[in-house]
Amino acid sequence: MDFSLTEEQTLLKDSVAKFIQNDYGYEDRQKLIKTESGYSADNWRTFAELGWLCVPFSEGDGGIGGGPIETMILMEEFGKGLVVEPFFETVVLSGSVLSRAASPEQKAELIGGIIEGTQVIATAFAEPESRFDLNHVATTATANGDSHSLSGKKSFVLQGGNASTLVVAARTSGDTRDEAGISLFIVDPSASGVSIESAKTLDGHSAADITLDNAPGTLLGAEGEGLSVLKAARDESILALASEAVGMMEKLYKDTVAYTKDRKQFGMPISVFQALQHRMVDMFTAHEMVKSLLLRAVLSYVNNDGEADKNIAALKYYLQVNGQAVAHEAVQIHGGMGMTDEMSTGMYLKRINVINTLFGNGDYHLKQFTALAS
Amino acid sequence: MDTKFTPEDLAFRDEVRAFLDENLTDEIRSAAVGGDIQPETIVKWQKILFDKGWIAPNWPEAAGGTGWSVTQNYIFENECAMAGAPAVVPFGLKMVGPVIYTFGSDEQKQRFLPDILQSNVWWCQGYSEPGAGSDLAALQTKAELDGDHYVVNGQKIWTTYAQHADWIFCLVRTDSSGKKQEGISFLLIDMKTPGIEVRKIDSIDNQHSLNEVFFDNVRVPVANRIGEENKGWTYAKYLLTHERTAIAGVAQSKKAIQKLRDIASKEISGGEPLINDAMFQAKLADIEIELMALEYTELRVISSVAAGGAPGPESSILKIKGTEIQQAIAELSVEACGHYAHMLNEENPIGNDYAWAVSAKYLYGRASTIYGGSNEVQKNIIAKMVLGL
Ligand SMILES: Cc1cc2nc3c(=O)[nH]c(=O)nc-3n(C[C@H](O)[C@H](O)[C@H](O)COP(=O)(O)OP(=O)(O)OC[C@H]3O[C@@H](n4cnc5c(N)ncnc54)[C@H](O)[C@@H]3O)c2cc1C
Repeated sequence: MDFSLTEEQTLLKDSVAKFIQNDYGYEDRQKLIKTESGYSADNWRTFAELGWLCVPFSEGDGGIGGGPIETMILMEEFGKGLVVEPFFETVVLSGSVLSRAASPEQKAELIGGIIEGTQVIATAFAEPESRFDLNHVATTATANGDSHSLSGKKSFVLQGGNASTLVVAARTSGDTRDEAGISLFIVDPSASGVSIESAKTLDGHSAADITLDNAPGTLLGAEGEGLSVLKAARDESILALASEAVGMMEKLYKDTVAYTKDRKQFGMPISVFQALQHRMVDMFTAHEMVKSLLLRAVLSYVNNDGEADKNIAALKYYLQVNGQAVAHEAVQIHGGMGMTDEMSTGMYLKRINVINTLFGNGDYHLKQFTALAS
Repeated sequence: MDTKFTPEDLAFRDEVRAFLDENLTDEIRSAAVGGDIQPETIVKWQKILFDKGWIAPNWPEAAGGTGWSVTQNYIFENECAMAGAPAVVPFGLKMVGPVIYTFGSDEQKQRFLPDILQSNVWWCQGYSEPGAGSDLAALQTKAELDGDHYVVNGQKIWTTYAQHADWIFCLVRTDSSGKKQEGISFLLIDMKTPGIEVRKIDSIDNQHSLNEVFFDNVRVPVANRIGEENKGWTYAKYLLTHERTAIAGVAQSKKAIQKLRDIASKEISGGEPLINDAMFQAKLADIEIELMALEYTELRVISSVAAGGAPGPESSILKIKGTEIQQAIAELSVEACGHYAHMLNEENPIGNDYAWAVSAKYLYGRASTIYGGSNEVQKNIIAKMVLGL
């Protein structure tokens, strides 16, 4: 039984933490999100130079052979800094799909491009009526020589407006909700037949609705077998986003404790009121408990122990309840200040809410858990 | 003990419904979303209510109220909310108005009350300061006598809709020698007076409701002071009680639940409408049951007050429970909207036409447990005043 980090992992954690501390101030971040792309190309280059963009990829694919533990370390620190660069979308979500499904040539171009910092890749899986069901795919793909023609609508594609390449789930056979018959495609966002409407989200990131009208796509992986790739990418995505949320929860309880020591009312710091002390203890406890489930899920996934699905469902449900509660408490205990953009508290709340929705909300995962546990 | 409607009550309900049918346009319905407000539209609505004689049901009849029974008030509130009418802006009609008709001079009543009833003047509330939130009596904004004027210096914060306001009612310090509650006065200040500056506060709901208001040698006629000098705390406390009961928002919560049901009928989950999902149904039922209990708690309070009694201990929980329920509905509404609950802008959103308003309301609604005396402060008051702890 050992929960300690290796020397390399500690170095990675320290290097990200140092960057966030010194070069990723909240005020700068708030300026960044108002720009058109919503993130900094300079930061993205720095991520590439520091080797962060290659972390989860195998050595054969040009990476360092890290896995969910290394991704967790990065994402936890990114969470504390409210990082808006498209690391999650490109490296974790799309990277996971590409690692599993891409041909050697596709890997060389796309994973190579990710690692160099020249590719931002968005994966389009959700649709207007899919909610959280990965198998709900109404978008169709018809063979057209050695390429395919894609038609349909993809919704809430994270970073869809910034992507240099899109990965799209479309149906090559079967009915809308069938598990079989879903295929993955590489789509050039500038191709004819692709229209992208991008909009900013409350957490400072962006998402796009994408309409495909006979858009050209190149098959990625085996035809009809895209769902298992998407499911694995979802698992790794949940582990990464939960890590980000755990970093935010830590920041939220610490910031709240610090604020109450500073803020005086009735002639004393409000930190002396037991009514608030107990609630900050609850925030701290919630952070530790979610972190424990995160470690449980990450290790179970890494060890492939047969319990990973259940552990991931448990984690996502528990995060929904506790992550949001901690953020609500942080706003409340900051009083009026918690309602302002001047404090980062509200931004953490909004990001946690987005994370809670992505890849299935609490109810969705509670059902998954119940089904797996019985 | 009976809560059945009489035939007269039912006739009144039909009258209210007919009035709303005729006057409540879609434009008016959309006048207030979350922290955002369209001042012209809401004023238009308030003037329609005034013309009908229904603008101030909570005022005494002699001052311009309706003289309705408890049941009629209840019917009116419910019908307005269920029809989607925006709530009236509280600062004039529910806050300073009652202070003026209770503690103001005859001259002040004549000067200010008609404009409040007719919505000719927009008021804002200048209580809180950077150093005086929960500890309101610690306020420092100073008013010094200079002939027949006070000279006001200091700063207010969190002043809702100060950017629209013609007048502000302020608590100011006129004496610092004794107990802090005993040196406070209640002033009415024209926002056009030289020396007043309003600055916007950026808030998490991305709407503009919050402001800071700065006073730099602002001259205010002594005639604009309510009641006696240094007795402002008494008037302020009276007003806070008014604010706290108005905050339960039962009828508005019923409407919000209805909207949530509509949304859940449109959202698809697992291939069917979300409203059919057993887990969602259980969460919704849980909130509805809370609201049913709160509704009767509020009716108990209102009817005991109408019968001439003082509000009992049950009145103290209205604000706490009311705001908790509002927040629970808002949270579940955000959850129901799925991905599109997270869009930043109302203009050119991707997704659907209802999710943005849901999230704006949710984010602004985080403040309902902070303003009007935070829920923690309410609990302190209940512990002390009701439970004797
Ligand atoms: C959206 C919004 C609109 C507002 N509009 C107006 C307005 O129009 N005019 C106006 O004058 N004011 C307005 N306010 C101000 C509001 O009344 C104050 O925010 C409120 O009184 C709390 O004060 P504070 O923000 O300074 O928080 P603080 O008093 O600093 O409180 C911080 C936290 O400590 C808790 N706390 C404080 N004391 C205790 C205690 N003794 N025991 C336990 N917990 C305690 C509080 O509950 C809170 O959670 C508004 C506020 C908001 C958020």
